[in-house]
Amino acid sequence: MGRDDLVISTRSIFLKKGNRQKFSLLTLIVVSIIVLSLEYFKTGPINQFRSLTKDAVFKISYFISLPFLSVKTAYYGVNDLLKIYEENKQLNIIDLNIEELKFENQFLKEENIRLNALIEEKTLFSDNYHVTNILLDQESPYLRSIVINKGFKHDIKIGSAVRNGSYFIGKVVGVNYLTSRVLLINDLNSKIPVIIEPNGISAIVSGNGSKFNGDIEYLPEKNQVEEGHIVYTSGADGIISSGIPIGKVTIVNSKIVVKFFADFDQIKYVKVYFKK
Amino acid sequence: MSLFANRIYSKTITSLPTLILFLVVILGLNQNIIYKDFDFIIHFSYIIVFFWSLKKPEHLGYGLIFFAGIINDVVQSLPIGISSISYLLLSVIGAFIRNRTIIHNLIYDWISFFIAILIVGSVNYIILISIFKIPIVYESLILGLFVTFLIYPIFFKIFVWIDNLVLVTQNDKKNR
Repeated sequence: MGRDDLVISTRSIFLKKGNRQKFSLLTLIVVSIIVLSLEYFKTGPINQFRSLTKDAVFKISYFISLPFLSVKTAYYGVNDLLKIYEENKQLNIIDLNIEELKFENQFLKEENIRLNALIEEKTLFSDNYHVTNILLDQESPYLRSIVINKGFKHDIKIGSAVRNGSYFIGKVVGVNYLTSRVLLINDLNSKIPVIIEPNGISAIVSGNGSKFNGDIEYLPEKNQVEEGHIVYTSGADGIISSGIPIGKVTIVNSKIVVKFFADFDQIKYVKVYFKK
Repeated sequence: MSLFANRIYSKTITSLPTLILFLVVILGLNQNIIYKDFDFIIHFSYIIVFFWSLKKPEHLGYGLIFFAGIINDVVQSLPIGISSISYLLLSVIGAFIRNRTIIHNLIYDWISFFIAILIVGSVNYIILISIFKIPIVYESLILGLFVTFLIYPIFFKIFVWIDNLVLVTQNDKKNR
């Protein structure tokens, strides 16, 4: 390949607009580099513009994905139906003593009230929360996150706890005007301080990308953690409330892990907590 | 078919590459695969951008590629602009190969695509790790690129079929 040939073809690639092309490649690469360098501005009008752009993209993306979402929902709906049918068949066989279970439930409720009063704990549900639907459910090796349709207009702040039903599923890591991004507990970068009951052992639950299990780190050497123990948020970071159930301890390949209570495949609505 | 329906059909067919690229980025269809300890992402968007930049750049404008990159970054929560650079870099490599070669075949395109995604992957990795300090598992990135390379021929065949469809539509339009 001659030197002149190379120069000519390079010039043609970068500068020639070509048939039906409105911009040259060089212009667009320069614009991309400028846009990328604007990522350093985390405040001011650039940040506001970025926030609005993200809101717009999330909303558009949500509306375009609606038909696909309905197919996904229908699929899980049928699965649930089959599961319920199987469960119902099983329950028909088992002879449940409902009265006894009712008494047990009542006893546990009263015990819970008594213990809460004992430790002078504020009620866990005293905070305000929004029930919000999920705009985007994003999975990549770099990020397990969801986008919710509440932003700083709705008093959402970075670090707010997010629950699916009663279970902790993640915390807010990015807030736009109308939308927010929630980092799920199974993300590689997620580290949540927890307490394992009934022995009250403190540890950190770290995401490993799995939808089902999370790693339990920084356990004491002589710990008494056993299969079936329940993992709750400890609130040690000062942002997330304590006592939100996360999952149950299980042993997988002789490694202690937490099996999440929440089913990450079927999250449609979440509760995001905020303080006015 | 009525004239209006004909026009809509022809417009849809000729915009198919753009529509596919935007659907992939908006819906986040770059598929994340988790199998045992392996976790990687298949970059369908790389295949789309490379193929159409190499074969028929007039069907997929550079400006649209740039916007697709911006949308992909917002959806994937990456630093805005990084995917645009990756896609445009793929377009540059595609355009370079188009300029320097006369005969195109699957094997030649496939090898070129491998080199192209290795370059783009390296640029991506360097920018994300060194400038933005985003932790990326190197093995996961390489595995994702390798799987993307492996599935290229399947998409090559599909896109060649779409290209033929576009050609037929354009000829019909001329003959009317």
